[in-house]
Amino acid sequence: MSKGMLIDITKCIGCRACQTACKQWNDLPAVSTSFSNDWSNPPELNAYNWTRVGFHLLEDGDQVQWRFAKRQCMHCNEPACESACFVHAFVKTPEGPVVYKENLCVGCRYCMLACPFQVPKYEWDKAFPLVRKCRMCYDRLQEGMEPACTTACPTGANIFGDREELLAEAKRRIKNNPGKYIDHVYGEKEVGGTSVLYLSDVPFEKLGFRTDITTKGIPQYTWSVLKWTPHIAIGWTAILTALYMYTKRRADVEEEDGH
Amino acid sequence: MDQYTRWTFRMTPYRVVLIALTLLMVGVATYRLLFGLGAATNLNDEWPWGLWIGFDVLTGVALAGGGFSTCFIIHILHKKKYHSIARAALLTSLIGYLLVMGGLFFDIGRWYNFWRPFFYWGHHSVLFEVFWCVSLYTTVQVLEFGHILFERIKSEPLKKLFDWMLPGLFIIGVMLPTLHQSSLGSLYIITVDRLYPTWWSMIIPVFFLTSAVFVGPAMVTFEGWLASKAYGRNFQAEMPVLTSLWKVTAWLLAFYFVLKCIDLTYRDAWGYVFNGSFEANMFLVEILGFILLPLVLFLIPSVRNSVGGLVTTSILVVVGVVFNRMNVVFTGMADAAGGHYFPSWMEWSLTIGLISAGILVYCFVVENFNIFHEDQEAYKAKLKKEKARAVADGGAPVQA
Ligand code: SF4
Ligand code: SF4
Repeated sequence: MSKGMLIDITKCIGCRACQTACKQWNDLPAVSTSFSNDWSNPPELNAYNWTRVGFHLLEDGDQVQWRFAKRQCMHCNEPACESACFVHAFVKTPEGPVVYKENLCVGCRYCMLACPFQVPKYEWDKAFPLVRKCRMCYDRLQEGMEPACTTACPTGANIFGDREELLAEAKRRIKNNPGKYIDHVYGEKEVGGTSVLYLSDVPFEKLGFRTDITTKGIPQYTWSVLKWTPHIAIGWTAILTALYMYTKRRADVEEEDGH
Repeated sequence: MDQYTRWTFRMTPYRVVLIALTLLMVGVATYRLLFGLGAATNLNDEWPWGLWIGFDVLTGVALAGGGFSTCFIIHILHKKKYHSIARAALLTSLIGYLLVMGGLFFDIGRWYNFWRPFFYWGHHSVLFEVFWCVSLYTTVQVLEFGHILFERIKSEPLKKLFDWMLPGLFIIGVMLPTLHQSSLGSLYIITVDRLYPTWWSMIIPVFFLTSAVFVGPAMVTFEGWLASKAYGRNFQAEMPVLTSLWKVTAWLLAFYFVLKCIDLTYRDAWGYVFNGSFEANMFLVEILGFILLPLVLFLIPSVRNSVGGLVTTSILVVVGVVFNRMNVVFTGMADAAGGHYFPSWMEWSLTIGLISAGILVYCFVVENFNIFHEDQEAYKAKLKKEKARAVADGGAPVQA
């Protein structure tokens, strides 16, 4: 059964307990931070911060309101990072998490270019860097535990479970609270569906989510072109061989004719 | 061949500068390998790919495309009249690919793992195909060069062996670049909804392949002109062959333009061409200045038949391909990527140093091997003479 997380932005109070729990469980070192306009800290995800609560001050007429959006790897059903990696270091596990086999990594960083959410980050301070990102606490899952971040959440804004059940729950919340939520479960269809799902009461694009995004799995785009490679290789070689022999014969004949 | 019995390398002030730049590059490369990418480059999480991938690899492979397109025309189609430029084109292409392999090696974060893609097959990755094709093709070109090498160091059995392999090498040596030139474009299919729509397209591989072919004759012209300046050779004599070869470029420039129009119409993306944004204007400069302008210039007989005209037009095409690749890697991605990136002095130094090393190798090879037409003719004449002498002496011909 594929697992996932449901993040209900209306319930998040911005306490960053999840952020801290993530750093603790994964033993991530502190990094010196810099000022960010919106009081989010750190200002961006990086190799040592795999999840981050974004603070968003929204103006609605003369009303101002805060919204907090926890971001991390979306654990795509069809991950662009997995399809991009030429040594298959990224793997979508049947349990849901997208994990990274670090000893295979060559460090080409194509995964970083490929991810539609700019999630994989690099250890730029190291001589032999690794790509780092959230792995939905795959190690804890295998021990029968929940991810560190969902256990830490005091309000239930971030819950863990079977993706299908979480999706049903999200739709139930939208239906049972008319007018409260935006009628959109972010992650249901985006890039072919993701293991992490979001609910919000303000438009997602105001919280920095990309809504102009395809609903087709990104690997499908690449594959629809790449799948022709063997055919082109064989067909083109055959054509080239035929051309070679044909024109060689002609050139030889011309030469004999004393050109 | 007599003038070639010893290996020579002339020293000039230019070459001293190039050697200095190469040495600086070696220092920078060592620093980078020991201390990592973060220490040597300005790459960051928003810009994981920078100058080395964008210029050294993506652009380098395209500019080295002259090798496979001329190989196709001369060796597969047996158009003998272009024979005079075959070896020069092969040489620049080979050097180009060696530089690309070098650039790639310095760019990968965990370089001691560079061999992994040969054994861990991420066959669903475009990069996997690019990696295999580029490595194999570099090997193929080294083998193709064996024919010239063993002619020079006079090892007849080895030369025969390499001659025997040539037809197969030519065929594979056209097939592989067709694949990876287009795949370098396919790399960017994955940036759907992020790369600016004037450049992103499902047929971006076709655009990359087409431009890699049409830049071939332009590169050969430009390099031939540089070489004629450097070696005091008569460039005028090569003009008829080059102008004729350039027709391929002209046709493909037209094809590229028409295909762009069809593609933009099909994807309903014309709005992105004329919206006045920075990306849109860069795209317009690319198409008007570097596709249409050279095409129009070439169509004017007085331009294409004059040395200055043909060389200028060729330079426009070459710069255009560089401009296009830079637009895909940087301009078109800037908005989606955010952050900022400008190469560090070490990144520049490595790129410039690699090119300097390439020029030095080129000079050494053309001064010591039969690369240019005249040298090849002289070599053939000499063989004939030796053969005649041997027959006259009553012995069997020494070399067929
Ligand atoms: S969000 Fe990015 S890193 Fe995470 S699974 Fe999807 S493509 Fe991979
Ligand atoms: S950087 Fe590593 S994980 Fe990412 S695509 Fe390259 S080899 Fe794969």
